[in-house]
Amino acid sequence: METNILVAGFGGQGVMTIGKFLASAACDATDKYITFFPSYGAEQRGGTANCYVVISDEEIGSPMTDEMDDMIVMNGASLNKFLPMLRTGGRLFVNSSIVKEEIGRSDITVVKAPVTDMALELGNSKVLNIIMMGVYLGYTEVLPVDVVWSTIEHKLGKKPALLPLNRMAFEQGLQIGRAERA
Amino acid sequence: MARVLMKGTEAIAEAAVRSGLRFFAGYPITPQNEIPEYLARRLPEVGGHFVQGESEIASVNMVYGAGCAGERAMTSSASTGISLKSEGISYCAAARIPMVYVNVSRGGPGVGTIQPSQMDYLQATKASGNGGFRMRVFSPSTVQEAVDMTYKAFDYADQDRNPVLILSDGVVGTMMEPVELPPMRTDEELAAIRESKKAWAGIGHPFDVPRSWNQPGIWDTLKWEQQNKDNAALYESWVPEVETLDLEDAELVIAAYGISARIAKAAIKALRAEGYKVGMIRPKTVSPYPYAAYDEINYDTCKAVLDVEMAIPALHLWDVEKGVKDRCPIETCLRSGGIVIQKREIIAAAKKILG
Repeated sequence: METNILVAGFGGQGVMTIGKFLASAACDATDKYITFFPSYGAEQRGGTANCYVVISDEEIGSPMTDEMDDMIVMNGASLNKFLPMLRTGGRLFVNSSIVKEEIGRSDITVVKAPVTDMALELGNSKVLNIIMMGVYLGYTEVLPVDVVWSTIEHKLGKKPALLPLNRMAFEQGLQIGRAERA
Repeated sequence: MARVLMKGTEAIAEAAVRSGLRFFAGYPITPQNEIPEYLARRLPEVGGHFVQGESEIASVNMVYGAGCAGERAMTSSASTGISLKSEGISYCAAARIPMVYVNVSRGGPGVGTIQPSQMDYLQATKASGNGGFRMRVFSPSTVQEAVDMTYKAFDYADQDRNPVLILSDGVVGTMMEPVELPPMRTDEELAAIRESKKAWAGIGHPFDVPRSWNQPGIWDTLKWEQQNKDNAALYESWVPEVETLDLEDAELVIAAYGISARIAKAAIKALRAEGYKVGMIRPKTVSPYPYAAYDEINYDTCKAVLDVEMAIPALHLWDVEKGVKDRCPIETCLRSGGIVIQKREIIAAAKKILG
């Protein structure tokens, strides 16, 4: 069993953080093979950013294949660029606050969540990625939720004041993911 | 030892510190900046020294100096930056000064691209500077291998009194994987290593005759010829490291190193599952090169050797040809320019040969 995940958006949306947290949690909680591979241009904030995470029971070949099982897309440009790489039967997680385009594929599962709007309602635009992680995990259960949360807790350890907000963001995402799955 | 998730470059840096690295000098270039970044913070913690030089040339020569003084020293760069360091590397090889350097290679020639590539193969294995010197060159396929190879690179450098190169690439350098880190060498162990270099290094001695060999040239031609003979004998003594897979019944053997090899391995697994008899030769040291592995191929069954690499024109091919010695045809499967080769491309190339 091998799961290839792509997370894509623009710089500043916490795209790399989603990938790193998933890979980190998988490293902490399982004996599986894991790779995280970041890909970005010379740009920083505002430029495109994407990363690849592979979680596998066997040795991993390429950390950046062009045939994805799961895809998390945070902006429209990324959807257009990467959607052809999602395999038939793959799962697409979309930030529907920003991505207004028609998905236009009936051979995949689409889970939409307005994570930018939700983050603004929570009072901090930066937590959109934590909400999206919740959506993804709530739907896929690719990793145990409590393990991922303790990874987030650990990574945010230096800023404990932000933990309640992130917990709320994570929970809201989980609810959406679980509801979509049901 | 618990496994930790680490980026290739940072894992190389930590492995170097654990092996006894106490002096690093470098100059920034993508995609290896995390090595100096990590060491700028890490080396002072262990009483070591980090210097960002004013250029590649300055930093490699600082490492030359630290090596002369008996310290475990390292520099790193990427492709075009390595070219600038080649003079200093050649000087270290001439003066027989141990040092380790890392090439997290990117697209070339020239400034090329910042994305991963394997275009520095011939430079790394055949002529890393002027003057015909050789080096042990390790090429990791995983972050764990990058750690293990870096850790022992310092031992080889000291043992040989010669530069050792870790030839990585932009994938193994920038990806994160779980690793188990080797133990930290103790201060006592490092003191013993320094002590063992006193016969030639500038440790607590006035500058005298034996130590004057720590210069990259001798004006006596006979002496210099003898030095080159000694060097050649040293190079001859090195034993290559290689991983081979299912060569006995192989109808196709894939030859690949570094990042290409791990992707090829996944392709071979998929091909075997479909009934195709495919084997592999993966050099872990690309210098010395494991030519003898090609003698293990069963040329009665083997239709071809497929060289898979991220270089156009093919460069690893030069060594594959030398290994195969015309005993079967050689085909290639290549990408370049910073594009990472895909498993399906290797599978397609293999099926084209096997029919």
